[in-house]
Amino acid sequence: MAIASRTAPPDRSVAFFRRLGFREALDGWLFALPAMLGFIIFAAGPVLASLYLSFTEYNIVKPPHFVGPANYISLLTNDPQMRQSLLSTLYYASLTIPLSLLLSLLVALLLNQPVRGVALYRTLWYLPVLVPAVATGTLWRWALNTDFGLVNWPLKLLGIPAPGWLTDPKYTVPSLVVISLWGVGGTVLILLAGLQGVPQSLLEAAEIDGAGAVARFRHVTLPMLSPVIFFNLVLGLIGALQVFTIVYVIWTPTGGGATAGPEDAGLFFVLYLYRVGFENFQMGYASALAWILFLLIMICTGILFRYQRRWVYYEGGRAR
Amino acid sequence: MATLTRPAGALQPATTRGLSAQRRRRRRAGLVVAYTLLTIGGLVAFLPFLWLLSSSLKASNEVFVYPPQWLPNPVRWANYAQVFSEVPVVLYARNTLTITVLALIGTVCSSIISAYAFARLRWPGRDICFALILATLMLPYAVTLIPVFILFRDLHWVDTFLPLIVPAWFGGGAFNIFLLRQFLLTIPMELEEAARIDGASSWTILRQIIVPLARPAIAVVAIFGFQYHWNDFLAPLIFLNSNDKWTLALGLNSLQGLEWGRDTTNLIMAMSVMMIVPVVVLFLLAQRTFIQGIVLTGLKG
Repeated sequence: MAIASRTAPPDRSVAFFRRLGFREALDGWLFALPAMLGFIIFAAGPVLASLYLSFTEYNIVKPPHFVGPANYISLLTNDPQMRQSLLSTLYYASLTIPLSLLLSLLVALLLNQPVRGVALYRTLWYLPVLVPAVATGTLWRWALNTDFGLVNWPLKLLGIPAPGWLTDPKYTVPSLVVISLWGVGGTVLILLAGLQGVPQSLLEAAEIDGAGAVARFRHVTLPMLSPVIFFNLVLGLIGALQVFTIVYVIWTPTGGGATAGPEDAGLFFVLYLYRVGFENFQMGYASALAWILFLLIMICTGILFRYQRRWVYYEGGRAR
Repeated sequence: MATLTRPAGALQPATTRGLSAQRRRRRRAGLVVAYTLLTIGGLVAFLPFLWLLSSSLKASNEVFVYPPQWLPNPVRWANYAQVFSEVPVVLYARNTLTITVLALIGTVCSSIISAYAFARLRWPGRDICFALILATLMLPYAVTLIPVFILFRDLHWVDTFLPLIVPAWFGGGAFNIFLLRQFLLTIPMELEEAARIDGASSWTILRQIIVPLARPAIAVVAIFGFQYHWNDFLAPLIFLNSNDKWTLALGLNSLQGLEWGRDTTNLIMAMSVMMIVPVVVLFLLAQRTFIQGIVLTGLKG
């Protein structure tokens, strides 16, 4: 077979290559088909369906009843819980996104050092990611307990007044930020992979030119890593605005239903959506909530993309 | 410095020798700082985990003593046995394993096939399709949750494993396709073209050339996927109603409210340890491959 195709006359091989190109396009379509079907069934279709549902009243049992923009109007004008949940979510996001990015960058830089036993340290940082959510909740209910928790233990030893992390509404969101920081292992891993992609030759050239560690980081590592940082920033933003499980598992056992901490201070947007949709079965109203969140995420990521060319460096290509 | 081993260091010895003594001293100081920070950070990250381990071996009235007690005394292995009598662990483990394995096979197979189409084959509409798939990374699950729930309800799939398995067979998730595509882009095109001219079909090329070369990236997808399905909480919470269909994560949750006023923290921790062990073993086995497999060069927004 191999020999035959290599000795084929030139005019036949043109047709041969054309046929190859057609075969390739057909294969491309076929191979991408499952993913594209998945896109239509589980992404595009549901997005449009939820847009429609957001203009209806729908309790799952009876068919949806079209009500026009009524859901949006009452959401924006007459829903203090939605406003509160939006504010807490933004507060949470504004703390957790920069802090977890900074922390994971620092940890990834340390874990990228050529020291012995680095595998052990990597595992230590990745372990929290492997802990099931319910266990994370139980664990942090103890660690943040006012009287006998881990966090207040050193504070008490030092004579600093110990805050009621999970009982004082003032501290609810900061507590959840602390918990989210414990789980930065996943981001660390992606940054670590990015760091290993920074060419050694560039770093060595900079070092020979007399650049110190800080200068090397600022002028070589950071620009080379900036696409990965940007990627994590976008995913971090989307994740932070949709935080659900950790709040659910921290307070559920003390309340029943989707409880959200003292005075509902941890009632984040998706938690409120869950309450409305899956506890009160107001699916139309919940869909409107989902679309508000979707618009918010689109605006925020749009802003991030708009300003990325100021600081994100793409090697061998321009930023789109 | 000489004791330091560096895997990717063909150039390293020469340049190191060229450095001045002062710079070498500075490097050693840097290493000391790195070790100190790593140890402190590692300990801080590990302390809550240590408490999880030790609480799983304590009696329930010893869990919340102050100051924190790091070693259980006496060690109560009986907690682990007790978990089995409170929760049908074996049944839930079987359910979880069924879901995880079937979803994982779907994720790996369908994401490598799609990634191959997006990375290596030329076909009209490819770049738009890839952009659409990538855009779903930004789609909040909250938006699709309700329609997808209604879809599965109308198919009468609620309270079966299907809603947790079937979606994985359709592309395996945007993140995985992206991750694999990035990796496949690094494999030289000539390899494939030679095989193609020799008459190999795309399917043969995928199976015999691409899959063996992409093993590290496939390992990453598999391990992320295993963790995800093994610990997933929200989807089982929404789609599985009957107790006998529950997963380990839901079983763990049910341990929280056994009886009012009874503290089951030690049992929760014991069951968590049982859930964590398989994933940690997987992570340790694949750790080296794991980081190699995440290729982010040419990453674009």
